[in-house]
Amino acid sequence: MSDEATDAPGPVTMLATPIGLDFDFTPGIAQSKFLRGLEQGKFLGQRCPVCGKVYVPSRGSCPTDGVPTTEDVELANVGTVTTYCVVNVPFAGQSIEIPYICAQILLDGANLSFMGLLQEIPTDQIRMGMRVEAVWVEPDQLTPSLASIKYFRPVDEPDADYETYKEYL
Amino acid sequence: MSAAARTARPVSIASFAQMQNVRKDDEHNEVEMLMPVIAEVFGNIGITKDDVDFICSGSTDYLIGGPFSFVMALDAVGVWPPRSESHVEMDGAWALYEAWVLLQEGEIDAALVYSFGRSSLGDLNEILSLQLDPYYLAPMWPDTVSLAALQARALIDAGKATEADFAAIAARSRKDALSNPKAQVANDIPAETLLEDEYVVSPLRRHALPPITDGAAAIVLAAGDKARQWSDKPVWITGFDHRIETHSLGARDLTSSPSTTKAAEVAGLADGPVDVAEIHAPYAHQEIIIREALGLDDTVPINPSGGPLAANPLMSAGLIRIGEAAASIKSGKAKRAVAHATSGPCLQQNLVCVLEGE
Repeated sequence: MSDEATDAPGPVTMLATPIGLDFDFTPGIAQSKFLRGLEQGKFLGQRCPVCGKVYVPSRGSCPTDGVPTTEDVELANVGTVTTYCVVNVPFAGQSIEIPYICAQILLDGANLSFMGLLQEIPTDQIRMGMRVEAVWVEPDQLTPSLASIKYFRPVDEPDADYETYKEYL
Repeated sequence: MSAAARTARPVSIASFAQMQNVRKDDEHNEVEMLMPVIAEVFGNIGITKDDVDFICSGSTDYLIGGPFSFVMALDAVGVWPPRSESHVEMDGAWALYEAWVLLQEGEIDAALVYSFGRSSLGDLNEILSLQLDPYYLAPMWPDTVSLAALQARALIDAGKATEADFAAIAARSRKDALSNPKAQVANDIPAETLLEDEYVVSPLRRHALPPITDGAAAIVLAAGDKARQWSDKPVWITGFDHRIETHSLGARDLTSSPSTTKAAEVAGLADGPVDVAEIHAPYAHQEIIIREALGLDDTVPINPSGGPLAANPLMSAGLIRIGEAAASIKSGKAKRAVAHATSGPCLQQNLVCVLEGE
């Protein structure tokens, strides 16, 4: 390779083109009901008129039957941990001290589990089937957002039978 | 050779439905927008989701600002037991093309195609500039109206059109839209009056621009026995093709559309006369370019539905052209029709679908 060649500028290997877009979010009729429920400190779901399953949150349809879910259902504040993981890895934007427990929770009366933070229990004591309840922020802090739920914590009940939640793992 | 590229297996447009086109639907989420459309497109012919063998949709996450919106949209159909499904990040007209290709293979007899787009959730000019070359064009954020205006200017300078022609197309489209209950913009304002508008981007005045529209549409395709079961007089797809040109705007003659011409040739458009054309030309001047590229003479009515100047739901406006052309045949107003769909800046990619009744 000649000296001239090494003096020439090399290929451009990086080009930064920052992009940012702002969007409105339209939750729709069904999700608005769920969000308004959170604002009141309760879980609101919807039932499928065909298969009878209760979805929380509902997006307005039964994903199995493709029909509108029109019947509103208020769910219990307690549920069952169907599965979980313990987060030990730090990452950018992390707002919770590690280690912490991320659990799939099936509220009593629901047929769809959703993800929640589990606290007030050592990470080595969490288990599938554990019964938990939602802890809400102070009433004046409630908003139409999942931020209204501080976290879930264990309740003093026997673990749920595996048969009751095996469909929701 | 072109005949071989035309449809080997007859496929029919068995049913068509579209949402009421609106400037902004801030009441429903995407699933709630689609559910009534899906229910109508099945209900028209008395079938259910279990009667179609394949589902294909067209949409883009860029409009919604959320990932995998097409997966969540499937909740509007219901996909249990698990279904064979696909998606294109394009107008639903291309989803229809994919389903048509699959039907050509003969393994299945019916498909649901749907599309949805919410143009109202972000700044459309910014969003659409992200479909451009990411290194040399997109970083400058050229807005879609300005790019269309470059094309309109080139058309005028080439002596192919005048601003009065743009106004005449806009006036005709929105007057025709008065008879389309699903249209968003319908009125009867003379072209001379429209020419008094201010420019948005010269030489385009407001009337030459498409409205910003939220919408959704669906079509059921059927072949074999199902085509006959679901319609006494099926509307057949007799030719179908799509072609693309370079992404480099500077390398194209923006006053012509060779990709449209090629697609029309492969689809066999010139094999006979057409009674109606549904053209997906979002900007008024683009209708002039596509009409010429398709080789249509002045006697062929264009966009009796009002076309995209009356409602331009992104990702659905092309699919709606095919649905409207099929509706013209079904109603007996036309025997043979052509539908066109476009994608990309300044008519970069074009699709031509030829339809015939019996």
